[in-house]
Amino acid sequence: MTTLHPTSPHPLVSIAGLNHWFGRGDQRRQVLYQLHLTLNPGEMVLLSGPSGCGKTTLLTLIGALRTVQNGSVEVLGEQLLKARKSVQQRVRRQMGIIFQQHNLLRCLTAAQNVQMGADLVPGLSFGQRRQRSIDLLAEMGLKDHHGKLPSALSGGQCQRVAIARALAANPRVLLADEPTAALDRRTGREVVELLKRMATHHHCAVLMVTHDPRILDVADRLLQMEDGRLTTAQAALQA
Amino acid sequence: MKFGLRRQIPLAWCLLTRQPGRLAVALAGICFAGMLMFLQLGFRDALFDASIAIHRLFNADVVLISSTSSSSISMEPFPKRRLFQAASWPEVESISPVRWGLLVWKNPETGSPRGILAVGFDPDDDILSLEGLAEQKKGLQLDQRVLYDRLSRPEFGPVEDWLKSGRTVTAEVRNVRVQVDGLVELGVSFGADGNLLTSNRTFNRLLGSADGSSTSIELGLIRLVPGADPKTVATVLKNALPNDVQVLTKSEFLAFEQDYWRSSTSIGFIFNLGAAMGLVVGAVVVYQILFSDVVDHLPEYATLKAMGYSSMNLVTVILQESLLLAGFGYIPAFFAGKGIYGLTRSATNLPIGMSSRMAVFVFAMIFTMCVISGLLAMGKLRDADPAEIF
Ligand SMILES: Nc1ncnc2c1ncn2[C@@H]1O[C@H](COP(=O)(O)OP(=O)(O)OP(=O)(O)O)[C@@H](O)[C@H]1O
Ligand SMILES: [Mg+2]
Repeated sequence: MTTLHPTSPHPLVSIAGLNHWFGRGDQRRQVLYQLHLTLNPGEMVLLSGPSGCGKTTLLTLIGALRTVQNGSVEVLGEQLLKARKSVQQRVRRQMGIIFQQHNLLRCLTAAQNVQMGADLVPGLSFGQRRQRSIDLLAEMGLKDHHGKLPSALSGGQCQRVAIARALAANPRVLLADEPTAALDRRTGREVVELLKRMATHHHCAVLMVTHDPRILDVADRLLQMEDGRLTTAQAALQA
Repeated sequence: MKFGLRRQIPLAWCLLTRQPGRLAVALAGICFAGMLMFLQLGFRDALFDASIAIHRLFNADVVLISSTSSSSISMEPFPKRRLFQAASWPEVESISPVRWGLLVWKNPETGSPRGILAVGFDPDDDILSLEGLAEQKKGLQLDQRVLYDRLSRPEFGPVEDWLKSGRTVTAEVRNVRVQVDGLVELGVSFGADGNLLTSNRTFNRLLGSADGSSTSIELGLIRLVPGADPKTVATVLKNALPNDVQVLTKSEFLAFEQDYWRSSTSIGFIFNLGAAMGLVVGAVVVYQILFSDVVDHLPEYATLKAMGYSSMNLVTVILQESLLLAGFGYIPAFFAGKGIYGLTRSATNLPIGMSSRMAVFVFAMIFTMCVISGLLAMGKLRDADPAEIF
């Protein structure tokens, strides 16, 4: 097993010998080969690679959105190999996910969308969760927009609401799949910087898939993937 | 986890109210279904109720009818002697022979013929507990006099108006001229859309008896001495009398008439079918609305799953949507139903109205309809796969 940060005592995510196949019978095709990877608290790791190399598949496996078939995937102390639905759900609640599309609920206001994330946090009253949602939106620079429906917001604003929603559940890991793909260059850059700031502020590790070479500099660590294999195991950037 | 119980964003409510067009269609569908059910079931009950309106009023504990009579529209004659035989029992206090039949009445204005239910009785007897009858029945002592039901259908002629304007109203019944002496209030039913009351003698004359006598009757009313049990007496009489008559207690007589309309005709079935059609149409509309709602929001529902919401949470949202729809669709349906009943009452004189039993029943049907539609639409939620939204 290749441990990337051997000094770190409790990695949030540790993957060893992960293989994944799609399809059945003749159609069965391997897309991930013997992956080893760890994600430590507070890190921001960027994953890039050519289209179809398996980045999204890896992300859905870590996010407990897909059943792990082979190898070990330990996330927040839970083994996801052939994990049950209840385990998957528990892991999902402790992770924030940001998609290429914002996927906000169209019928809810910005604040209500964020609160859909906050509602997953146990122990807080409705009012506290509501306040938390409004505060998060303010941190995302959307102070005056919390009563607006997604249709009244720009793409960048929607993506920022989506980030606030992902952070609202107090996640320890944030998974993002090309969150800037649907945005123009400048907005994309802003959103990523905001994401980084928020992740640091909320002590949240980030694993982000991106194609965008201009934002690679925000990463603490870069991962390169090709044909289902991690090629550059480590490429620390001097920020 | 107490997750489902605490206050959360009212997602079902927001889904419905922030898509007003869709909500309006769903509510219209439910309202339509409810209205149709109120209409059909209301008519059914009113008609069954009306079919025994006059039966209820008979002043009797036990009744005799011919064993070949099957309902008020096919009352067969039986020997009057049977009633006199019954009168010899010590439990019997008094008896009243009654004639009963559908006779052809000619509209006094237009002359067009129509069958009217005529009931003939001895004006000295007190056979119907009907308002205004006691004072007016003395007039029936005279021959060729009748009392006319003012709730009869207007096709029988403007009898009430003429009478009230002081005119003498005469009409032909089976080609015999009779004079309307007064008005009573009975109401129409399946069997009769008009009623008239007259004396035994006049009735017999209408049937062609020159001296107004007859040895046959269609209905024998028997009143018992206080304390006698109608059921026991009916059983005794049943065993004692020849089997050309049926002996019924009054409640059996009511049931006998209603059973005919319920089981020997398809009236009940037709109305139930009408109500079921409403239910099906409503269910299809609600299902369509909820189904397209789920389909339109699949990526959003998948996102909720990816965030850690369980399938149960989403199922609950759809269920809440269907319950909200049921509640909000029922309210206009209820008032529309009330309105329809009011209109029907004034147009047909049918005893139709919003009973609490009906209100609850239709609500239960709408509720069931919405829940079933919701359950069917939920199947589509399985397609919300959080792994496929990237
Ligand atoms: N549900 C699926 N069934 C079958 N094959 C799939 C499925 N999802 C992905 N694949 C295949 O697996 C491989 C990896 O897909 P994946 O989506 O992980 O790539 P990616 O690196 O995210 O690509 P992109 O940069 O275009 O998003 C691809 O060849 C793809 O065709
Ligand atoms: Mg991808």
